[in-house]
Amino acid sequence: MLGKLDWSAIPFDQPIPLGAALIVFIAGLGVLGWITVKGYWPYLWHDWITSVDHKRIGVMYIVLAMLMLLRGFVDAIMMRTQQLLAIHGPGYLPPEHFDQIFSAHGTIMIFFASMPFMIGLMNFVVPLQLGIRDVAFPTLNSVSFWLTATGALLVNISLVVGEFARTGWLPYAPLSELAYSPGVGVDYYLWAIQISGVGTLLTGVNLVTTILKMRAPGMGYLRMPMFCWTSLASNLLIVAAFPILTATLAMLTLDRYLGFHFFTNEAGGNQMMFVNLIWAWGHPEVYILVLPAFGVFSEIFSTFSSKPLFGYRSMVAATMFICLVSFMVWLHHFFTMGAGANVNTAFGIATSVIAVGTGVKIYNWLFTMYGGRVRFETPMLWALGFVTTFTIGGMTGVLLAVPPADYVLHNSLFLVAHFHNVIISGVLFGAFAGFTFWFPKAFGFRLYEGWGKAAFWLTLLGFILVFAPLYAVGLEGMTRRLQHIEVDAWVPWIVIAASGIAVMLVGAACQIAQLFLSIRDRDQLRDDTGDPWDGRSLEWSTPSPPPPFNFAHQPHVENEEPYWSMKQRVIDGQDPRTDRHYEPIDMPKNTPTGFVTAFFATVIGFALIWHIWWLSILGFLGAYATFVVFAWRDQAEIVIPAEEVERIDCDRTAAQMAWLRRGEQVR
Amino acid sequence: MRIGDRQGANTASCMLGKGKVERGALQRSNYAAPVVARAAATLFAVAAVLTGCSGGVFDPQGPIAAGNTKILLNSLAVMLVIVIPTLVALLLIAWKYRATNSQARYDPEFVYSGRIELIVWGIPTLTILFLGGLIYYGSQRLDPRMPIISDKPQLNVQVVALDWKWLFIYPDQQVATVNKLVIPAGVPVHFTLTSASVMNAFFVPQLGSMIYVMNGMQTDLHLQADHAGTYYGQSAHFSGDGFSDMHFQVHAIPAQEFGAFLSGLKAGTGVLNADAYLKLAQQGSDVSAATFGHAQSGLFDAIVHQALPPGLGPTRNKSVSEPGIRPKANPSPTGSANPAPQHREEAHDAR
Repeated sequence: MLGKLDWSAIPFDQPIPLGAALIVFIAGLGVLGWITVKGYWPYLWHDWITSVDHKRIGVMYIVLAMLMLLRGFVDAIMMRTQQLLAIHGPGYLPPEHFDQIFSAHGTIMIFFASMPFMIGLMNFVVPLQLGIRDVAFPTLNSVSFWLTATGALLVNISLVVGEFARTGWLPYAPLSELAYSPGVGVDYYLWAIQISGVGTLLTGVNLVTTILKMRAPGMGYLRMPMFCWTSLASNLLIVAAFPILTATLAMLTLDRYLGFHFFTNEAGGNQMMFVNLIWAWGHPEVYILVLPAFGVFSEIFSTFSSKPLFGYRSMVAATMFICLVSFMVWLHHFFTMGAGANVNTAFGIATSVIAVGTGVKIYNWLFTMYGGRVRFETPMLWALGFVTTFTIGGMTGVLLAVPPADYVLHNSLFLVAHFHNVIISGVLFGAFAGFTFWFPKAFGFRLYEGWGKAAFWLTLLGFILVFAPLYAVGLEGMTRRLQHIEVDAWVPWIVIAASGIAVMLVGAACQIAQLFLSIRDRDQLRDDTGDPWDGRSLEWSTPSPPPPFNFAHQPHVENEEPYWSMKQRVIDGQDPRTDRHYEPIDMPKNTPTGFVTAFFATVIGFALIWHIWWLSILGFLGAYATFVVFAWRDQAEIVIPAEEVERIDCDRTAAQMAWLRRGEQVR
Repeated sequence: MRIGDRQGANTASCMLGKGKVERGALQRSNYAAPVVARAAATLFAVAAVLTGCSGGVFDPQGPIAAGNTKILLNSLAVMLVIVIPTLVALLLIAWKYRATNSQARYDPEFVYSGRIELIVWGIPTLTILFLGGLIYYGSQRLDPRMPIISDKPQLNVQVVALDWKWLFIYPDQQVATVNKLVIPAGVPVHFTLTSASVMNAFFVPQLGSMIYVMNGMQTDLHLQADHAGTYYGQSAHFSGDGFSDMHFQVHAIPAQEFGAFLSGLKAGTGVLNADAYLKLAQQGSDVSAATFGHAQSGLFDAIVHQALPPGLGPTRNKSVSEPGIRPKANPSPTGSANPAPQHREEAHDAR
């Protein structure tokens, strides 16, 4: 009846996961209770859960990402403390638990923290920057988000019910095959990633279509803001790379569920094929994450230097260059597999060639600041912290691309330090920078600068304290994923790294304090202008938060920085609002389709993990029924009447316009 | 545990000067300006000295490791030449053009310059061209499959990664050891490697290049220890719950003592045949070093060609309901994996 599921799946004998699960459970109940008591359910349901507004979906993506970031960070703390406590001893995490922790850490940080954060930013910002009212497929967007949430939920269920994969964040075959991982851990991984992967792929399709087909009149490709360009590149990579992941994991699933032999030791399976395929997705994935961050930094360098981006076309070229070349370098993840010297040479050179594109970007950011008026506000601090540390991370990356050097550094903590150096200082700093930068746009009030700056400096310091020692200990020969340590020479570095994560923890606390205190004092931090940073692209022309339809009148774009030129016109004494005539606006209607689909996806995933076949069939039927109901809907759009548009627009833009005139005269 | 008994040549800069590279071409691998290379080496030597340089990449004990390190430092030097000025320029420009600095000229029109574009694309491209040469040269010269040129005949060692221990077979001598590798110093060693079950990587940091080992496949690696000493070896690819104990000692002994070591081994008990191998292949970790006085010939090939089946994984060793195995806390189901008659570690250390 319940497949493999019985009471033994719940780890009653392991206090750590059980305790953690209990805390999460109680906290969750507390939040639900609070929502119920306050009567927020209708608001949540109508305005958020069923919303197809790209801005709200973007915000929900980022909320999910931040929660998962915390979960992954707890895993990181456990790993660092385990290694600290397990010098010549067992530590507090037995191997089968420690192995789950590092697997979950990688999986969560990549798939459920970094990806949703970047997708959330793109979702929120891209339509606003393009001057349009929503993405191409709003309901699909909602489905994408909820499927991603399903994946995150499944990974977290594995904390209590059963176990998570003990194979690392990429389940290398044959370790992940049934013979060597008979438990449900790998199955949790497979279904969580497959389900959220569908969501990510749909997002890719959605945003590529949006950027290619739906720009505001006059916005040619070479007038798009840099963030839109990097989003386009990133989503092109999603569309091209995620099917590889889906196919690879599907093959592993067939091996595990139906006795196929794609990657097994027996019957002609080929484990090298798994490694090649997973990295054929895995390397582009790195750029899927970091390209949007590059876009965020481009916007920030330009805005906070009060200058247009230097070498815009060059930046576009560099972005597309990285997008293309990132597909041709996957083999550098396994130079040590014993491929011939020529193969390693080719992939080594191809890999280091990517550094040309990145180098161009770094120089262009540098020249953007040259001749500017640089303001060191929190987003700019993140950007400067990024560009300095990322350069080091890029350099160690190129070092790892030199095969003979990789032969002694591969899989060591040097490698771990390298990829954290690029992912933390690239993606995470980018996420935080973008979060601080666009937060006032999303909510109409600013975040406390002081807490933000404290969070930046502590995170930067903690990050250096954690990963500089890991570089050193990697050079000492320490390999990754060690549950306990027997070599004395490594100990000092492990101690420093553990102290560093304490500093990062304080940084994270500042970040949380910043958010909560700013929400509490939101009336003091209110920003009526819609343009708190003296922005340059179209999103700053809307009031904060933007109305559901974003723009009452569709903007006409005449150059690369439409809002900046609009502000210039005000200085020249013109009224920026030429069009006083309002028309009714058709907006996509809210629908619970995404949420319901995700509910059934969760059921299907859970049932398949535990081999509860009848339940999975039921789940499929439910999902299909949801699709049918959605497909036969009578009404896809609602009309916002012209008077309503006028009222919202006049109300919300009055303050902004007053500020524009006043502010620009002072300038 | 001491690793790297030999503590000489501690700084990386000494190491760069060390020309003891058997492969002719490596001796003239001065692609990078030596001064910069030395500066880079000094930089990292600081880190190395901090821990006494014991046993890492910067304390190479053989020609391959020395070659790896030299390529690593040269590449680093090439990149530091542009990375350091870039970082300095970044911070200087950010500070000089701060909004509060009224001295700095505000020039919002400065958004394009053909000359700067040329430099911006040119500098990274030239660096990568230069580095590409280094990559080509290094990959060709340090191909793990390429034999080490030496006037001494090479020693053949077959390596099998098991869950979670290392089996070393000396095919020409027909003896074998577990979790302890003894090689003659100054003699090139040709390793042929495979895995009994999942993927692992064979890695002795002080001897250089690592290589993956995979079931049903054979990889090749050539290493050499220049001096007698004890070196730390490990699996460098995660292979399951017992992975953290999957390390071993490499004892490089003076070449003239190697014969005595072999005869000592042969005098010992323990026969490695298919049965003993299948027992050894069962999952078990934290296995102490052991030796076999006789190793059946053809065993390695039988493993590679899967005439001996791949390791069984955890199914045999535990009941289905048990969520995981615990090599340390609960050794009973796995600890018995050692094949019964063995010539234990103590006997060898008494030599």
